[in-house]
Amino acid sequence: RRIMATVSVCKYYPGGFSFDNCKRNALLEADISKLGFSSPAARKTGTTICGVVYKDGVVLGADTRATEGMIVADKNCSKIHYISPNIYCCGAGTAADTEMTTQIISSNLELHSLSTGRLPRVATANRMLKQMLFRYQGYIGAALVLGGVDCNGPHLYSIYPHGSTDKLPYVTMGSGSLAAMAVFEDRYRPNMEEEEAKRLVRDAIAAGIFNDLGSGSNIDLCVITKGKVDYLRPHDVANKKGVRTGSYRYKHGTTGVLTKTVTPLNLEVVEESVQTMDTS
Amino acid sequence: MNTRGLRSQLKDSVPVTGLCPQAGPYGVQDSLRRGFSSVKNELLPSHPLELSEKNFQLNQDKMNFNTLRNIQGLHAPLKLQMEYRAARQIQRLPFLPSSNLALDTLRGTDDTIGFEDILNDPVLSEVMGDPHIMTEYKLGVL
Repeated sequence: RRIMATVSVCKYYPGGFSFDNCKRNALLEADISKLGFSSPAARKTGTTICGVVYKDGVVLGADTRATEGMIVADKNCSKIHYISPNIYCCGAGTAADTEMTTQIISSNLELHSLSTGRLPRVATANRMLKQMLFRYQGYIGAALVLGGVDCNGPHLYSIYPHGSTDKLPYVTMGSGSLAAMAVFEDRYRPNMEEEEAKRLVRDAIAAGIFNDLGSGSNIDLCVITKGKVDYLRPHDVANKKGVRTGSYRYKHGTTGVLTKTVTPLNLEVVEESVQTMDTS
Repeated sequence: MNTRGLRSQLKDSVPVTGLCPQAGPYGVQDSLRRGFSSVKNELLPSHPLELSEKNFQLNQDKMNFNTLRNIQGLHAPLKLQMEYRAARQIQRLPFLPSSNLALDTLRGTDDTIGFEDILNDPVLSEVMGDPHIMTEYKLGVL
């Protein structure tokens, strides 16, 4: 018979975030830093993500490196997340936060579109994201570039972790955003063709990859037009891993054998018993 | 989802219940039922979001009712609150998790997914309160 502490008799735990361990974590942080160590860092996507609106739709681009402090945690992670068939979202910041946030909004949008019976709009996704991020006052570290094509045309939004959003024709986010924005500011013009827009986004992400330590590896692109989505992963393998030119394996027989003795171990079965697992 | 704009709220702030010590029926800390207390724990929240998250649904409801009252008159929130009260009474036994389907439908949260459905879902909780003690507490016999 399980006896619970009397405390839980009265409390109703509604679910969601639990702040039980915050005080303990604060104490641990203080103790650990006294000893000279540091607590493990969350995996971030120090990143370059960007988006551009062109004649027929939206092109989103992202690099593929995920970092954990100073170490590359994932050389080929996917930062362009699916929100709905006509809306995709790039995420920078804490990797878990962007992943969960985009999945929750994707589910909510699906339920919403089933309820309305229409294709979801980018403005709806934007409003849902900004309301959720503002509710958590920036503690959810997700900086997003949201783009898609709906009944009103192509739209592109940038959403910051505290909940502010901007609706612009070209946006960049992440640690490599300044490098990418430099390329955009130089070569963007309204109503580009698809090939030109893809080249522009590819060059902007490449600028982020080669000039920012937090971004690297390949370039992913996502081209969204009315009725069609091209998810190009990878669009450009900018950093191919090197191939070893020589083999470092030793040939068989390199080490000479001096002596060899064989000792057989005689093991005999003394007792055999079967114990049934208690699966009740 | 927040559907009320701020302009329809003419009245002022919503009071938030804080972390004040939980007084039992006799005015002091009810150690038997709520465990030991410590002043340091009660004074400050362990995380800046703790208070806001604890009262989020409550504050949303209050804001929506206030807005509804300002737009449509007193009868609208009164009728709705009556329905809420009725729906809130449909529960299973105290130690079992209730689905709260009627309440969710009234609130409109039956077709939204939030962190409260994914993290720490009470349906998937690994521990359960002792049935006897919880029903006795609910009936006031304890």
